[in-house]
Amino acid sequence: MSASPPEPSRRALLGAGAAAAAGLALAPGMRLIELAQARSAGEPASGLVRWGMLIDANRCAAGCTACVDACSQENGLDSAIDLRQRPQWIRKIELKEDRSGREVSLPMMCQHCAEPPCVDVCPTGASFKRADGIVLVDRHSCIGCRYCIMACPYKARSFVHEPLTHQKADVPRGKGCVEGCTLCVHRIDRDKKPACVQACAETEQGAMLFGDMNDPSSEISQRLRGAASVALRADLQLDPGVRYLGV
Amino acid sequence: MSALASQRSRSLARTLRGLAVALLAGLCTMAASAGDAGSTPKPNIIIESSEHCVAPPEQMRREHPDMLRHQRDLTVHRGERGRKVSLNACVACHADRRTGSVIGSDRAFCQGCHSYAAVHIDCFDCHQASVRPTGNGLALGAAP
Repeated sequence: MSASPPEPSRRALLGAGAAAAAGLALAPGMRLIELAQARSAGEPASGLVRWGMLIDANRCAAGCTACVDACSQENGLDSAIDLRQRPQWIRKIELKEDRSGREVSLPMMCQHCAEPPCVDVCPTGASFKRADGIVLVDRHSCIGCRYCIMACPYKARSFVHEPLTHQKADVPRGKGCVEGCTLCVHRIDRDKKPACVQACAETEQGAMLFGDMNDPSSEISQRLRGAASVALRADLQLDPGVRYLGV
Repeated sequence: MSALASQRSRSLARTLRGLAVALLAGLCTMAASAGDAGSTPKPNIIIESSEHCVAPPEQMRREHPDMLRHQRDLTVHRGERGRKVSLNACVACHADRRTGSVIGSDRAFCQGCHSYAAVHIDCFDCHQASVRPTGNGLALGAAP
């Protein structure tokens, strides 16, 4: 019997390659930070993932509403009710610096905070944060008190004032509940990007980038490492999952 | 006097017992004949898909609210999708092929039984109750 060491198997080589790519390998198959694997059907959302978005306001064209239109289409938000009462999950805002006259346009939606004030104030537990960082409303427990609307510093939540019909099968909505951007959770659960991000990419502006902020090899993590991004209202220390460039 | 009174009360009790037995027997006969003749109204619903899907029909009739409630929490809070128990799957399978809906009439699959049992059905205040026709069958979602 020879005592020569066995050749490294294909599996070990692949494991080492993947670990090296992650840049945090202690040994093949052992990592300092565990990375989430793609989910199969029926599997719960993983706490190892933190979904986030990076919005480059320099690339966001004033007057373009592709993201807003895509959101409305995807989630069935069409409404004929008075504009002030219409649900709004994402909106475009224009900022102007008075001194220089610099104008910037950016989309604004639920920032999916790590420390969400809407969850803190909810009296029924309807407002909650999913394991992968997505902040949602469980409409089955929402009593429509609207404390969360008052608590959110980003004005990201809406109240449904009218009876609804023709909801999308994946996006159940109803009168008397609070709602907001879900980061297109029904698409994320099927390994697709949020509708706004996809629509923005299709306009070739590519101002919105979506990904896992916990995965150091993801494009969003690399971009966040490479350039100075800001969290809006960083003074509140809510650690939002949506970051901005050029604001 | 007291002996007479007690004798009277005994005879009254006997009469009452006899009456009760007769009444019970009568009721049982009525119930049995009702069962045989089918005079109890049954919900007259259109069943598009009667095959055993998630569980046998007897179990589904009794337990579908608990199954849906359990799955609802798993889906909303934990993001578990693609399980057999799902409201969308119920609608896709059981919608009336003519109207494309599980509600809307007392013969529709969900509404038919719920109105028979006088149980208010909340699900479809928010959830989609219809499938829309496509080229090769029916797809979930609101009519465009």
